[in-house]
Amino acid sequence: MAGPHGRNLRWWALGSAALMAAALSLVFFYAPNDADQGFIQKIFYVHVPMAIVALGGFVAAGVMAIKHLRTGDRVWDLRSYVTIHISIILGVGVLITGSIWARASWGKWWVWEEPVLVSFLIVFLLYCVYYPLRFSIEDPGRQGRYSSVFAVVAGAFVPLNFMAVRLAESYTHPRVLSQTGGSLPGEQRLTFIVAIVAMTALFVTLVKLEITAKSAAMRIKRLRARMERAAEERESALVAG
Amino acid sequence: MPALPLDEAGRYVAGAYGVFVTLILVYVAIMGAKLQRIDNDLAELERLAGED
Repeated sequence: MAGPHGRNLRWWALGSAALMAAALSLVFFYAPNDADQGFIQKIFYVHVPMAIVALGGFVAAGVMAIKHLRTGDRVWDLRSYVTIHISIILGVGVLITGSIWARASWGKWWVWEEPVLVSFLIVFLLYCVYYPLRFSIEDPGRQGRYSSVFAVVAGAFVPLNFMAVRLAESYTHPRVLSQTGGSLPGEQRLTFIVAIVAMTALFVTLVKLEITAKSAAMRIKRLRARMERAAEERESALVAG
Repeated sequence: MPALPLDEAGRYVAGAYGVFVTLILVYVAIMGAKLQRIDNDLAELERLAGED
């Protein structure tokens, strides 16, 4: 009964839980407090992996949308849609945890002059448009095509936006990974890497879970339609007989 | 800005991790409700198939 997306879901879920437990243990019992920011730097181990995985999810959804447009296979549209959906949920977490960090570090919940914050908000709001666009179209074929075009264009915008922010070179927002990838000390770097792997595993698990549920719901809908059609045909045959 | 004392910083850290856990729990609860609906639909289909 399990479709292709439901396969190995249990192992993904168990692996994600184990990796999350490992990441949290490293964050609170292994990684030292940051010399500059102190204990609040621990927020970064949840905030930054969520941001990286969410942005990666948006780009991945764009790639899936390209596959949908090239092959016409609607399963790629479903994958793209669910990937965007989970990325938006993580995006909500990024914005809230970022605001909490900003309040603790800068004394303000939001700083409009900071390009990293504002650019992430722009990306987030851009993807919020995806839902009204998708669900304003009733025809499934057109819905899939238009959503895919949006996902491709918006997915291409994400790395461009990231590069533009890097070029802006504001030093207010701390850089977790420098261009050489070496700005974190050893214990903090290991913790950060485990946190990113754990967040990625959680993301894949949630995407697989939601695709499995949506596929099951669609199969039930199709089955119900077939049963209703069969019942109508039987009734007409009885009337004719 | 100097680093916040542990008791004050702890509240912010707990808040941030609490937000993450809450998001995941809310998502899982919503998915649980969806699965319940799917289960109900399946039960109804089984009943219809039994009537045939």
